[in-house]
Parts: sequence; C-alpha cells; structure tokens
Amino acid sequence: MKVSDLIDQLGLTVYAGSDNLDKEITGGYVSDLLSDVMGNSKEGNIWITLQNHLNVVAVASLKELSCIILVKGIVPAEDVIEKANSEEIAVLGSSENTFELSGKIYQLLK
Amino acid sequence: MHIHTVLSPCGSLEMSPKIIVKSALDAGLDIIAITDHNSTKQSRIIKQLAEEEGLMVICGAEINSMEEVHCIALFEHDNELFQFQEYLDQHLIPIKNDPSFFGFQVVVDEDEMILEEEERLLINALDVDVISIERQVHQLNGLFIPAHIDRPFNGILSQLGFIPEKLKIDAVELSQHAKISSWIGCNKIPQGTTIIQSSDAHQPEMIGKAFTTLKMETASFDEIRLALLGQKGRSVSYKNKT
Repeated sequence: MKVSDLIDQLGLTVYAGSDNLDKEITGGYVSDLLSDVMGNSKEGNIWITLQNHLNVVAVASLKELSCIILVKGIVPAEDVIEKANSEEIAVLGSSENTFELSGKIYQLLK
Repeated sequence: MHIHTVLSPCGSLEMSPKIIVKSALDAGLDIIAITDHNSTKQSRIIKQLAEEEGLMVICGAEINSMEEVHCIALFEHDNELFQFQEYLDQHLIPIKNDPSFFGFQVVVDEDEMILEEEERLLINALDVDVISIERQVHQLNGLFIPAHIDRPFNGILSQLGFIPEKLKIDAVELSQHAKISSWIGCNKIPQGTTIIQSSDAHQPEMIGKAFTTLKMETASFDEIRLALLGQKGRSVSYKNKT
C-alpha cells in the first residue's frame, strides 16, 4: 500500500510533502518519544505521533519513514511544514486520537 | 544559564568559545553556563578563555532524560564535571549522528581548531529517568534545573504533565518566550521554587536575550546555589532583555 492509498482510505489531510505520496508503506510505528523512533522504527514505516516540532521531521528523514501522521487534529507548525517539504517527507493529519487511528491503519495494513 | 555551543548539533557553527565569550560580555552578562545537549566537553575550554576576560562560566549540560525531559545540570569542580561526563557517556543511547540532518557536533579549542567530532547524536535521550539523573547530579554537588518548562515539547510539564514530588529541583527555567509574571504562583511548580529565565542561545545574537539577576555577595557557585534556593538572604530577580 502506498501513502496515497492510505490518504484516500482514511481521508487524511496532507500538510506537506504532497509530491511524496508515492512511497510504499512497510508498516507502522506509534511513539511520541523521538529516541524510541530513532532506535526502533523501520524504513518505510508510517509514524503516528502528536509531536509537532522540527526534530520530528529530522528523525523521519533519518529513518527514511514513509510519512508522519499527526493525530487529534494537530496542525503542523509552519517551520515543520517547510522542513518536511524540503526533506520530501509527507506530513499528514487526522482528527482521530492515536488509539483509534492506529487501530484502523493496522487493519488496513494487515 | 543555558547556552549551547558548536558541540550541540543545533548550535550554530558561530558558537565558538571566542564568540560566546565576546557576545556574553557585549550583552553585559557577568555569569553564563555552557549547557550543550548531553555533553560537557566544550564547556571547560570556554571557562578557561572566559576567566582571562573576567566572565564567570559555569560548566554543565542540558540533559535529555529517558522521558525526553530536558534539564540543566551545572557543576562547580572539574572532577565533578568529568564524573558527570562519564555518566553521560555511559547512558546516552547511541545513534550515529548524521550532520546533514542534525548539524555538526564538534569540540573546538580557543582558536576554533577542531579537537574532536562527537559521533553519537547528542539530542538523543539517555537511558535513565529524570529522577535518577537528578540524584546523580546532586551526588556530584551539582545544580539541577528542569529546562524551558513552558515549552510544548521537551519540557517537564509537556512530557510528564507535572513535576514529580520526589524530584529535587533547585529552580525551574522558563524560555525567553514566557512571561514570568504568568508563572508565579503556578500550581504546577512546587511552592517556593525559584523561576529563572535563560536564552537557550543557539546563535550568538541570542545570548543575553533573556537572563536572570541574582542577588549575591560574590559571584561563586555556592552563592548561586544560595540565590536559587533563596537562602541566607541571597535571591533571584528577573527581567527580559528586549
């Protein structure tokens, strides 16, 4: 499944990286601790988080994640959007909370 | 009391010892603390240079705990600083830095020659919780101050939602964006805790943008401790520099 398919299926908002939605998803990772994501996520994972700052983009780039999904209607900060666009990482949004969103995505990726 | 150098990956490459000392003196500061992310390695060089210029420098670090809470740790003596550096080396979760993503992490001498490059990403977390870190800092007679508690990320309040009762803090720090008046009497801060404000400078022009005024008999580590704890007539007052 590609990031674009996930967006269509769940009606996710695209905040950044609209040219980078073609990435293949390898799985998902849920964490709000950057150190945890750095240590344990895998390339191509979607990352579900509520953290909304520049280092989120840096970590996603470093780990070559397929996209970042912000939960609970969180809108990424301007500098996050800018950095995500330049790093070519999609930042998506959902109004749902982490538990519900993760559950839905888990089912879709199974 | 919170300044980064070229060693922090997010610290500008202009944050060299000479430029930091000059910027601090130009800003009218008497005392500064060098607090790179999870490392004390650049601090002593700056302290030595500053001594010649009449600026007091305290060596320390901005620690990132397991919960990703940032805290300032400050130390008086070299042996305490070295022991704490060993603790940091032992507990930093190792991830290799990629300078193209995070920035360079270099230790430089007074002439800005590179002495070493830190390979492990310093903005990563330690594998120990904030209370254990506090104990270690105090065991080494240091000062422990949760950093930028107003910030929506990496502050003790954003990460934990509260300041644990068991955590012995010497003060709390607000970022330069906060209005101190709105934090006085805040019920999330233990009663009587001193509030300081620092620049968290990552570029030279940020140095002195926020500072704290200490009322002390002399400029010494002990006096600073007394002022933060509000003991023996020493105290803290504060204002923003616009």
